[in-house]
Amino acid sequence: MDAITGYSATKSILEITYIVASVLFVLGLKMLSHPLTARKGNIYAAIGMIAAIVATILWHEKDGEPIKNIPWIIGAIVLGTAIGWIIAKRVKMTAMPQLVSFFNGMGGAAAALISMMEFPHVSPELIAEKGMANGHVLAILIGLMIGTVSWAGSMIAFGKLDGWIGDLRVKAMKYVNMTILFGLIGFIVFIMTRDVQATAGLTPYIYIMFAVAVIYGVLFVMPIGGADMPVVISLLNSFTGVAAAMGGFLYNNQAMLTGGILVGSAGTILTILMCRAMNRSLLNVIVGVFGGGGQAAAAGGGVIKEISLSDAAVLLSYSKKVVIVPGYGLAVAQAQHICHELDKLLDEKGVEVKYAIHPVAGRMPGHMNVLLAEADVPYEQLIESDEINPDLPNTDVLVVIGANDVVNPAAEDDPSSPIYGMPIIKARDARNIIVMKRGMGKGYAAIENMLFFNDKTRMLFGDAKASLQNLVNEVKSL
Amino acid sequence: MEGILSFFLQHREAIFIVILSIFLGIEVISHVPAVLHTPLMSGANAIHGVVIIGAIIVMGHADTTGSMIVGFLAVVLGTLNVVGGFVVTDRMLEMFRKKK
Repeated sequence: MDAITGYSATKSILEITYIVASVLFVLGLKMLSHPLTARKGNIYAAIGMIAAIVATILWHEKDGEPIKNIPWIIGAIVLGTAIGWIIAKRVKMTAMPQLVSFFNGMGGAAAALISMMEFPHVSPELIAEKGMANGHVLAILIGLMIGTVSWAGSMIAFGKLDGWIGDLRVKAMKYVNMTILFGLIGFIVFIMTRDVQATAGLTPYIYIMFAVAVIYGVLFVMPIGGADMPVVISLLNSFTGVAAAMGGFLYNNQAMLTGGILVGSAGTILTILMCRAMNRSLLNVIVGVFGGGGQAAAAGGGVIKEISLSDAAVLLSYSKKVVIVPGYGLAVAQAQHICHELDKLLDEKGVEVKYAIHPVAGRMPGHMNVLLAEADVPYEQLIESDEINPDLPNTDVLVVIGANDVVNPAAEDDPSSPIYGMPIIKARDARNIIVMKRGMGKGYAAIENMLFFNDKTRMLFGDAKASLQNLVNEVKSL
Repeated sequence: MEGILSFFLQHREAIFIVILSIFLGIEVISHVPAVLHTPLMSGANAIHGVVIIGAIIVMGHADTTGSMIVGFLAVVLGTLNVVGGFVVTDRMLEMFRKKK
């Protein structure tokens, strides 16, 4: 076997480990997409990751030199594990989406740091032979750009979901962003066309490029609405995947390459699937041209009828079947616990209460399941929209709490509506409808909801948590 | 241009891997139910934490104090991505299973 140049036993073992890790990544991802195997899939992928990390520390060689500074590396891993573990375990279930965004940003930052570290060390021989316009430099620069954008964007998405950064919507933003993006690409071209002997002299440009990429990441996410954040996080997730794959090119490392590209492509498809569940295009989400359309509904408005708390309490208490449709408003008001209290109270009075769960209700798919599980609502009470729809004509009262677009009949009636074709909960089939809402503002899709004007519908305005609390008190006093 | 072209030739295996991985990624998750979108996103998020390998390599060959510090930071951030990603995904999926 000595005839093979560069052969060594440890090198082979390292590469075999990388193959095993790559297979585990693929298997893990595959299993994650089926409900029964999802948890095992996550663990498979984690095992692959641990194997790849351990093998790298033990057997990686660069120009015949093994990995140095091992105590420091292990120290860093221990520190990162401790922090990551504590954050991941402590954070409330309702804060999951921003947490995913946060961890995604960390990966992006790591990719950017790697690029910044490697740039001054591009070998002078390579530059002497091929000039600055070589693939090695390109991989470094793309890794820096995408990693940084992903980091900055994820941090903004994190802040938005956590509620301390608002939306910033300026029409001109689109053009500003375009300009900065072209500027970044220009930077890459500029650096790669320099005539130098070594990269060290160009390092300041790298820092400027980093700063511009930060600005781009911030501005890219700023105009996107809070409810669209899951789509953006998924997109940034695939960005980080691509940034990691650039590292794979740099180090000729197959585990990084397959892992990164796999996430890059799966993440992109997932982003598109998420958009499709909302019946929108990705471009639509990013550029944010929503609203408009649905004129038929706007023109044919009607009379809004309100309901008093005591009437609502009586109506609910003397019903046989009640269906609750939770939405974004319930999550924002953090009203899941008081909502469960109401359903328990009604249950004691012999009312059958169920929850109708729309797959895209809330801020992320499955959001309502997680939210209500946190409030200990039994799983049997949560019914998917397809399953509950046939049951709705026999439902005495349907209570919509902070949901809007998922019950909008325009999705069935109005072909000009932007949400036309989206599967909905057919709320108008119920005998009575109570809509809890903060005010007459339009839903996130900014289109009129004819359900509110329906003869059977009555509105209960106010914050979901306060309204539910008052309702609970009313029901108790009956 | 010459450099980029020769880079392609030099790394043709890697480029094969990239192209096949793109198709694999698409194929693997194209039939996922909507309720699993978030855990899947989170799981994929943990997998791109593989960038930590690059961070380990950087740190493993760092000579100056400055590069040691940056390498250390990169390893910590990469680990955060890996560990946080997998643990959060597991917590989410635990929630889904409890309701069976």
